[in-house]
Amino acid sequence: MSANNDEPKKMAASSQKSTENPPTPDKLPVPAAPKPAAGAPPPKKEPEAPPFEKGLVEEIKKKFGESIKVIFVKPLRIKIQVEPRDIVEVATFLRDSMGFDHAESAGGTDYPKENQIEVIYHLGSYTREDLGAHILSLTARTSRDDARLPTLINVYKSVEYHERETFEMLGVYFEGHPRNERFLLPEDWADIPPLRKDFRIKGR
Amino acid sequence: MTSLEDKFEESKKLGLQIVRESEEDRLMTLSVGPQHPGSGHFRFTVKVDGDYIVYCDPDPGYVHRGEEKMCEYRNVIQNIPHLERPVIHDSSNITYSYSLAIEELAGIEVPRRGQYIRALASELNRQVYTLYWLAIYGIFLGHSTMFMWPTGDRELFIDLLEVLTGARVTHAFNIPGGVRNDIPDGFKERCLRQMRYFQKRLKEYEDIFYNMPLFRQRTEGVAVLSKEDAIKLGVAGSVVRASGVPYDIRKAEPYDIYNEIDFKVQYMKTGDCFARSYVPFLDMQESCHIIEQLLDKMPQSGEVRAKLQPNPKGPPGETYRRVESGRGALGYYIVSDGTPKPQHACTALPASRPKARRHAGSVLVAQLLASGG
Amino acid sequence: MKRELVSPTTFNVMVSKLSDILVKALDAPLGYAINWGRIWSLWPVHLETACCSVEFGAASGPRYDVERFGIIEAFGSLRQCDLIVVQGTVTRKMAPRLRMVYDQMPEPKYVIAMGACAITGGLYIDSYNVLPGVDGIVPVDVYVPGCPPRPETLIQGTMLLQEKIKRSKIK
Repeated sequence: MSANNDEPKKMAASSQKSTENPPTPDKLPVPAAPKPAAGAPPPKKEPEAPPFEKGLVEEIKKKFGESIKVIFVKPLRIKIQVEPRDIVEVATFLRDSMGFDHAESAGGTDYPKENQIEVIYHLGSYTREDLGAHILSLTARTSRDDARLPTLINVYKSVEYHERETFEMLGVYFEGHPRNERFLLPEDWADIPPLRKDFRIKGR
Repeated sequence: MTSLEDKFEESKKLGLQIVRESEEDRLMTLSVGPQHPGSGHFRFTVKVDGDYIVYCDPDPGYVHRGEEKMCEYRNVIQNIPHLERPVIHDSSNITYSYSLAIEELAGIEVPRRGQYIRALASELNRQVYTLYWLAIYGIFLGHSTMFMWPTGDRELFIDLLEVLTGARVTHAFNIPGGVRNDIPDGFKERCLRQMRYFQKRLKEYEDIFYNMPLFRQRTEGVAVLSKEDAIKLGVAGSVVRASGVPYDIRKAEPYDIYNEIDFKVQYMKTGDCFARSYVPFLDMQESCHIIEQLLDKMPQSGEVRAKLQPNPKGPPGETYRRVESGRGALGYYIVSDGTPKPQHACTALPASRPKARRHAGSVLVAQLLASGG
Repeated sequence: MKRELVSPTTFNVMVSKLSDILVKALDAPLGYAINWGRIWSLWPVHLETACCSVEFGAASGPRYDVERFGIIEAFGSLRQCDLIVVQGTVTRKMAPRLRMVYDQMPEPKYVIAMGACAITGGLYIDSYNVLPGVDGIVPVDVYVPGCPPRPETLIQGTMLLQEKIKRSKIK
């Protein structure tokens, strides 16, 4: 697919969010073009959110309205953020009606500056031909101090061990998960969860 | 059920006291531990009822080396030898995925010749991985010829890779921006000769192993993973292709120059143990054709690597790129905050462990290894 | 006179002197024979810890055939083995199990630390979950460096171990 060759340019432009183009009421908030700074290279052309992905996002927004926040819409990659309490409902909708039938993986990232942990599920599709290359990233943010999320194990069975790993590595408790236990770290681990940013490796 | 209940009642009438055998008492818990030929460094707690496995609980994690954390302390190029090690046999594929992700973040364009050489190393590595897997599979089923032949043939591929990259197993060949060096003279003829030899050899493998009646009896119809289950469990790679889903990332989401290569996605519909062990074999045959095409279509000259600054970095953002490795989909989710060190690099491997749990009740070793270990 | 010669004390002395002569005569050849037997049939425990096991598998293959040295990949129980090749990284979760395996092996037993990770922690020296070297848990006889070591290096390591066994005395 020739989309791959355009990806680097679109990626570089869309990562800078600016408020130059206010979103029109009937269109999605399109990632805007960067402001040309003095002496900067000539501005890249404004990236269009690709129509197919836009259509998918519109379908999701029709059902859930404003409780979904779209982070980015790139060719083949969509990222949406939901509230922790809605995540099971959104995931069920994605699985049943949109065709994202399996979770490729799940993980988490620690953002200490915003005092949040973001748990991300990458969803893909085996059954729908047109969605075969797409990955929809479903994320939810919780606070670092009391990180809890409802589990998606009843929706996507494959996240069982990924959620356990996130529990162990980042300290996020998944409510409803049958086994929130450690399996990677040794049994006598007495430190904070390792993937948090305030866990420093010795000597670094 | 007539047996136990009725006998119990009868015995009460007769005034005898028979201690009721509870279900739990019949089961014996074994730990197929991290030191076991059949499990590698993986531990299973199994409950067996006589000879049948009733419950299986995998306990991985004995080789957790903390790579995700260590990635945050090293810059992008220094991460390459680290990130090779999780799947050491398939090292060119795992660094391929990482390089694609970093290139997308930093906006690096890879020259065409570099893309072809990258794909060539990836395909050769896929053969190496599948041969190693086949060797281990054979020996654990008791077929020691199937250990010796693939290991010997694998050495020929490793020779090719050694000529190309300089190392036997740990290549560190793919970097963000291309590959480290160009292919040497005479490589193309050597590689094509090797492909011709190997295709003849694959026919011999089929005769000696896959057509063996004992192997077929042990694996056909055993541990069937239906299509719906495979999709629900999110398995990837040759396992999901063996259950009837023709999904290959090289075809579904072609990266680099795979959209210019003509090949078929090999899949089987039965989903049993035999299918899971036959699909990699078919993949190997397909890979030979791909390598021949790659060598044919490669541009004759050109750069193999994009020029990089000493500490490559990109704007803040995140990306998720994946390739089809010997094991299946292998992706990298990288979050960057604008510094040369990635903020978070997470290897994304679809889960194979829930699948192992569901299929208690069959020959554990055979079906486990058939699912790629 | 005869009685004095074959009294209990002199009998003891004669037997002990005879055994001294026997021991001196047979010690060297017997020791040599026992060592010879041990050298040429070192059976390793199947303990693949991490990535070096690829090269160990390749060493058992037809090109670097390690079976000519007697090292069969013995898939029996570990009560029959006398060599542990610690292949690769030992994590903190694996370390007690390694010690358990080592303890369960009968004497005499030897340990080869294969790969940089088993010697000093290697590439993962600053990881939070990796032991910096395995010689804190088990007494290592031979260190085989490399990441992963080539099969020829592993064979050289086993030959060094053979030299070491040859020099050891049997009590």
